[in-house]
Amino acid sequence: MEHEILLGGEAVALGAIHAGLSGGYSYPGTPASEIMEYLIRASDGGKNYVASWSVNEKVAFEEALGVSYAGKRALVSMKHVGLNVAADPFMNAAITGANGGLVVVVADDPGMHSSQNEQDSRFYAQFGQIFCFEPSNHQEAYDMTREAFDVSENMGLPVMIRMVTRLAHSRSRVQPSPPKAQNPIRYGESKDWTLLPVNARRRFKLLTEKQKELVQASDASEFNSLRFNTKNTKLGIIASGVAYNYVLENFQEGTEPPSLLKVTTYPLPEGLFAELVDHVETILVVEEGYPFIERNLNGMFGLCETKVHGKLSGHLPITGELSPEVVRQGLGIEPLEQKDISDFPMAGRPPQLCQGCGHRDAYDALNKALESYPQSNVFSDIGCYTLGALPPYNAIQSCVCMGASVSMAKGGAEAGVYPAVAVIGDSTFAHSGITPLLDAAAVNTNMTVMIFDNAIVAMTGGQPTYTSGEKLIRIIEGLGVSKDHIHTIIPLPKNLETNVRVIKEELEYKGLSVIIAARECVQHARKKRGS
Amino acid sequence: MKQDIILAGVGGQGILSIAYVIDNAALKQGLSFKQAEVHGMAQRGGAVQSHLRLSNDPIFSDLIPKGGADMILSVEPLESIRYFDYLAPDGIVVTSSSPFVNIPNYPELDEVLSKVQSVSKNIIVDSAKLAQEAGFARAQNMVILGAASAHLILQEENLKKFIRELFQARGDKVVDINIRAFDLGRDSAAG
Repeated sequence: MEHEILLGGEAVALGAIHAGLSGGYSYPGTPASEIMEYLIRASDGGKNYVASWSVNEKVAFEEALGVSYAGKRALVSMKHVGLNVAADPFMNAAITGANGGLVVVVADDPGMHSSQNEQDSRFYAQFGQIFCFEPSNHQEAYDMTREAFDVSENMGLPVMIRMVTRLAHSRSRVQPSPPKAQNPIRYGESKDWTLLPVNARRRFKLLTEKQKELVQASDASEFNSLRFNTKNTKLGIIASGVAYNYVLENFQEGTEPPSLLKVTTYPLPEGLFAELVDHVETILVVEEGYPFIERNLNGMFGLCETKVHGKLSGHLPITGELSPEVVRQGLGIEPLEQKDISDFPMAGRPPQLCQGCGHRDAYDALNKALESYPQSNVFSDIGCYTLGALPPYNAIQSCVCMGASVSMAKGGAEAGVYPAVAVIGDSTFAHSGITPLLDAAAVNTNMTVMIFDNAIVAMTGGQPTYTSGEKLIRIIEGLGVSKDHIHTIIPLPKNLETNVRVIKEELEYKGLSVIIAARECVQHARKKRGS
Repeated sequence: MKQDIILAGVGGQGILSIAYVIDNAALKQGLSFKQAEVHGMAQRGGAVQSHLRLSNDPIFSDLIPKGGADMILSVEPLESIRYFDYLAPDGIVVTSSSPFVNIPNYPELDEVLSKVQSVSKNIIVDSAKLAQEAGFARAQNMVILGAASAHLILQEENLKKFIRELFQARGDKVVDINIRAFDLGRDSAAG
């Protein structure tokens, strides 16, 4: 088979297809979106397998679990914070176990390029007590995904693949191998899949008993390697995932690295660790994310004689993304000569709302309507409109997690905030905004919800939304919001005055109102026109 | 043989199209490559960059080390300066004299260009004018790619092959404009 040029995320997707994927599910989120986009593109309109965007990560996970229950292979992908949303099925799927291979791909975002935190999904794998792969390059992303399905079926457990932004959004060559056929339908044991306490206790015990097998598999994995430098017993390095690349980057041009253990599987390969610990006086742990290995290493051995260096010890920064130069410093190697531009008046160029974007006009109207309310608070959400936090709008006072605008506005209103306003997009509303609005409607909370309906999931590149236009209005009515207080405005400069009036009237209304600012995303409209 | 290139510009200037052409030309020439890019928030009128590494040997890091880039290839002059700390002492900067001003504190253009010229190896072409001349104002990215082409370890015919492939779906006219933009950039850099 020919080489392909793929993003790291796409390499995972192709690996899944070639492993005999039957169903793929996801919710858009940077840096994971490209996995599902590839699956959808390659599915030939769903003829080859099912690949679809779900309404949120929890739903996506459960859909994948249903495929696995039927004995077929399923993949669910999401960004790191998406796993918080899917944590309930994730934890319980480890207890039911997998029937058909179930692979959970989670893309972490160290350095928060496009996220609100840099949580490390390896903790979830440990928490759920499942096996986890952490590829260091594109070929591994492809190969490990294929292997993950086999491991999942052999162990009878879901398997995680932990990606990071740097690999997910990097392109390189991948050599694919011949594809496998899909599994036939084959139902699971219903006693395993019905988590009544009597079954759950038995399954949980089984899961804990399997842990030894997981460690053995990790130790035996061909993706890990331990290369000894017999001349150097002072320093050894443990490097995981892409951090391994940064270490090797600094030992080129004929320099010999210290003993180096490459870790790409979890639970940690304890046998390999022990071998390295015996050989050296000091171990430097280089890992992307939290000091997961470093902490485990300290805990595992108590290490009276071997020193452990890493993020906890201050040898590497404990926040942010690693890079070749950061790791170089951690290795104590002189930095490369760099140009100094401190004498130049460099100007930042932050992201901004597109020219002509309806969100701009919606914020103009909202800001103007709120001018006479100095005590107002605008709770916002995750999407392009979060850029309303920046000048010239300075329009929002919070952004926490998907759907939180509506629930926080309700809490704020109940604490006495007036006017309490929520700003949320149509897709984020579908993801996690419907349930809190149901709450607010039940007690007619004195708040105003603005839904910016641009008919697309814009921030992540234009995925479909499931709650837009007429359907969105019917949902809001169905939740119990009074029809008299549901309005649609068109955010355009020429409508500014009308829009301000509508918003002001609803701010004055002592109860729950919803204003939909409906205008198609300009990027999406441009794409449709083909320009 | 290896070449580490920082691609830069403003979201919407077609940085990833340059990357597409170089990636595929590299694959055709049997080179290894890695190309790290930024998606999501940074697309929207913000600074955009991509680390592009080409080599005969295996490439480890997806990121170019600071102080290690052989070339900065930027469709916008201020954006080229943003990554000067990545440039190796003997590295070259290829950029445009046409600023993209969407921020209130954009420095004086003279100051920007003289900063670029402070790098001993630099090529500055008027990409806005040349793109117009080629027939499409948004073809500045291909002008800059053309301007850099003589300094790339890739053959011109391979670059052009993938420019054609990239724009084929939009018709022969668009292909021709982009090839012309490439040629004008190359000639302007040589002249």
